[in-house]
Amino acid sequence: MSERVKVTIDGISIEVDAGTTILNAARLIGGDIVPPAMCYYSKLEGSGGKCRTCLVKVSKGSDKDPRPMPKLIASCRTGVMDGMEVQNITSPEVMEARKGIVEMLLINHPLDCPICDQAGECKLQDLSYEHGSEATRYEFERRTFDKIDIGDKIQLHMTRCILCYRCVYVADQLTDQREHGILGRGDAAEISTYIEKAIDNDFSGNVIDVCPVGALTDKTFRFKNRVWFTKPVDAHCDCDKCSGKVTLWYKGEEVLRVTARKDVNGEVESFICNTCRFERKNTSEWTIEGPRKISHHSVISSNHYELLDPPAVIRKNPALKEANIEEFERVTRHY
Amino acid sequence: MGRKLLLENINVPGINTFEVYRKHGGYRAVEKALKTMSTEDVVEEVKKSGLRGRGGAGFPTGMKWSFLAKPEGKPRYLVCNADESEPGTFKDRYLITHIPHLLIEGMIVASYALGAKTSYIYVRGEMMPQIRILERAIAEAKAEGFLGKNILGTGYDLELYVQPGGGAYICGEETALIESLEGKRGNPRIKPPFPAISGLYNCPTVVNNVESIAAVVPIINDGADEYAKLGIGRSTGTKLISASGNIKNPGVYEIELGVPVEEFIYSDEYCGGMANGKRLKAVVAGGSSVPILPANLILKLTTGENRLMSYESLAEGAFASGTMLGSGGFVVFDEDQCIVRNTWNFARFYHHESCGQCSPCREGTGWMEKVLHRLEYGHGKLSDLDLLVDVAKKIEGNTICPLGDAAAWPVASAIRHFRDEFEWHVSHAEEAMGRNYGLAHYADPLPKAETVAAN
Amino acid sequence: MLKISETDEIIFTPELLVKFNEILLRYPEDRQKSALLPILHLVQAEYGWVSSPLMDKVADFLQLKPIEVYEVATFYSMFFLKPPGKYMLEVCRTGPCCLIGAETIMKHIEERLNVKEGEVTADGLFSWRGVECLAACGMGPVLQIAPEYTFYENLTAASVDELIDRLRLTTAEKAQIII
Repeated sequence: MSERVKVTIDGISIEVDAGTTILNAARLIGGDIVPPAMCYYSKLEGSGGKCRTCLVKVSKGSDKDPRPMPKLIASCRTGVMDGMEVQNITSPEVMEARKGIVEMLLINHPLDCPICDQAGECKLQDLSYEHGSEATRYEFERRTFDKIDIGDKIQLHMTRCILCYRCVYVADQLTDQREHGILGRGDAAEISTYIEKAIDNDFSGNVIDVCPVGALTDKTFRFKNRVWFTKPVDAHCDCDKCSGKVTLWYKGEEVLRVTARKDVNGEVESFICNTCRFERKNTSEWTIEGPRKISHHSVISSNHYELLDPPAVIRKNPALKEANIEEFERVTRHY
Repeated sequence: MGRKLLLENINVPGINTFEVYRKHGGYRAVEKALKTMSTEDVVEEVKKSGLRGRGGAGFPTGMKWSFLAKPEGKPRYLVCNADESEPGTFKDRYLITHIPHLLIEGMIVASYALGAKTSYIYVRGEMMPQIRILERAIAEAKAEGFLGKNILGTGYDLELYVQPGGGAYICGEETALIESLEGKRGNPRIKPPFPAISGLYNCPTVVNNVESIAAVVPIINDGADEYAKLGIGRSTGTKLISASGNIKNPGVYEIELGVPVEEFIYSDEYCGGMANGKRLKAVVAGGSSVPILPANLILKLTTGENRLMSYESLAEGAFASGTMLGSGGFVVFDEDQCIVRNTWNFARFYHHESCGQCSPCREGTGWMEKVLHRLEYGHGKLSDLDLLVDVAKKIEGNTICPLGDAAAWPVASAIRHFRDEFEWHVSHAEEAMGRNYGLAHYADPLPKAETVAAN
Repeated sequence: MLKISETDEIIFTPELLVKFNEILLRYPEDRQKSALLPILHLVQAEYGWVSSPLMDKVADFLQLKPIEVYEVATFYSMFFLKPPGKYMLEVCRTGPCCLIGAETIMKHIEERLNVKEGEVTADGLFSWRGVECLAACGMGPVLQIAPEYTFYENLTAASVDELIDRLRLTTAEKAQIII
């Protein structure tokens, strides 16, 4: 059994395994005290530390060495110590710094949410609602890039990128041949393939799911619909490449897109293969589990899709009803 | 004449060769350390000397060495940081060019002390001639039995290699340097872990500046006590100062720490005074990253005492009225220089050199450059000054590595001390394009201590 | 200086490969990626710049993914990603050099060569650019010329003119010998 240590975040104490990061300890507590994270991804080794949105103040280092840390630190990459006391939303200094970081992330962002497929499920959008200012102080031309296709299914719109590096870690850790990476330096750095090469790999589509903004989008879903008009339904299939556990996004009876399922922290539960993501867009290829739970904070939950359980497509199609009979009976029992 | 420890023999003809260097007492420190001292003795001696890192941070070198983890079965590395890129600093280039064996001698002693069997000197790529000089000197030392297997019959083995950089200021940051040495982009690592635990190839690693390594040689030769006798207070020993800008005699000077700034600028032993009979307007005392000070604040403390060339005295007054010794890049500005233009120039430098990994530095450095450019070219607004101060504040302390601070300090300090010159650039935009603001009141005697605003 | 077109098959000369292999000996086993920067410098010295086929070839030699080489080559400012002139004059443009006339020198070079920063003269001989601090502030203004990185200090308009003339002459003399 590993050693347990006590950490207090914004006055709330919790015992966690030694070696847990402050951010993950905060996630175990949950609620408003969880620092936002734009680059950290628990399932990607080496991620985090870059965006600086999760900065917190360590007001007491540990029981052994109670000195506070001299600077704000990235909670995603700092391990807790026994007796550590952390301030997140209770520290004006942290809130001020976070406001500054959000402003920095936005000065070169196009703010083209009205035409961005990511709108409605964009982490940067959420972040700027919570911490941003109404007006920008930046009066210069914003950085722009041409859109490029990475293969025929994924589009890279670098103009929106916040350089979180998540997609690079995905390509490095999930696929056997990384084709894209970070080119250039400083604010001229970009995600690119240098010479246009198709990313041809079974798991490359996951870069779309890990992208916190609309920089990497699914071309098969592009401009098809706003996410809040679509209805997410959990489904699975027998896949020989991945877990086959996905979320199907319906508009009427049509599956507009397939994504991996995301947990409360917005992270993918298990990565899915490109066949599931791009090729299986017929309901008949899936076993429907039921509506995807979406936080009531999300704009996606605003159309009360959960009342449409099971989806109309199953009610109306006898073959589908038969295939999903167990599920159908369970959820319709109370009707 | 102040005592010289590193540059004593710099003018001896042929001192760049092994033969002449050896004849003038070279490699005595290697003999003494390897034959008569334990590794702990060497570390203890360096600790006792009070030597502080000469690359800029000023962290005690011996202390850094004693933090090095020594796990079983893992190699340890010493890497010399010769990625000299801090604007205003050119001492390492000078030392390597003229007396390369001093660095190699220091590397052997330090590697021995740390238990490193392979050590690297990471030289910035632009210094190709210096790389060739070092490689030749290493070959000489190896041929004489001071490198390689069983050095001087003591059983100690050491291989020493030179690694070129590729043109990136950020690689002067120790973890970026390690990344670069591993053949990657020079993105600083997120700490912890610190290099002393997990550095090069995930092994315990010490990274030291060229001058710090070279200083180990006189410390071992003469003893820590002799070394610590030089200097003042916690600023022991000598320091190489790179003097540039509008002075009569630019160049590298070895000073005993504690020389008054005024003497350093005006004495013929050092800078020889201002060039062309101009008056002193400002000084950047420790490389472009440290706060710029106007003439009156660099020469005197707010108490009226002389400011000295030491870690403590230069920092006296903190950010309100002080600066830092940094890497010893001493840049002197005369009355004809425009502080706004120079601040823009420095901001452009940091914008160009930001690695782009973390958002405040990547975005903030470019933002500051653009605002300063607008000010310099007559399109600025008065509100730009507060904007710059605020952006600088939002970068400072919030980044992965110190480049964020280094980018923020020159801007914040220039506005702090030269605010009226910036304001003049806004209020007299057209005039400012044609002439400089001049000396104004920047060399006026300081008011009494209590009236100095702490802004 | 060789020009590489995208279709040329690149074969590193045996002499170059000997140097590559010597460099590899400096690092522990499986750490051959450390050789990337030194090898890119050698490649640039040989070919004048680093084209993407050259980078692919380097990746192949070091058993890296091509993207790993692109990532590195585009990060460091010394690597030319498009062909410069035979002589690329790199002038320090940072603060201390500007206090003593670097901006005048750059303007002079621009007028003298009659090309903008980053462009190549019609004869392919010269290009120039401002670079950040070269750590020679006390000897400024300074410039360097790849691939030897020969250093020219305390520049004046006259010394720059003399340098350009000399480089032109050297090239012409060499050309004559070949004929």
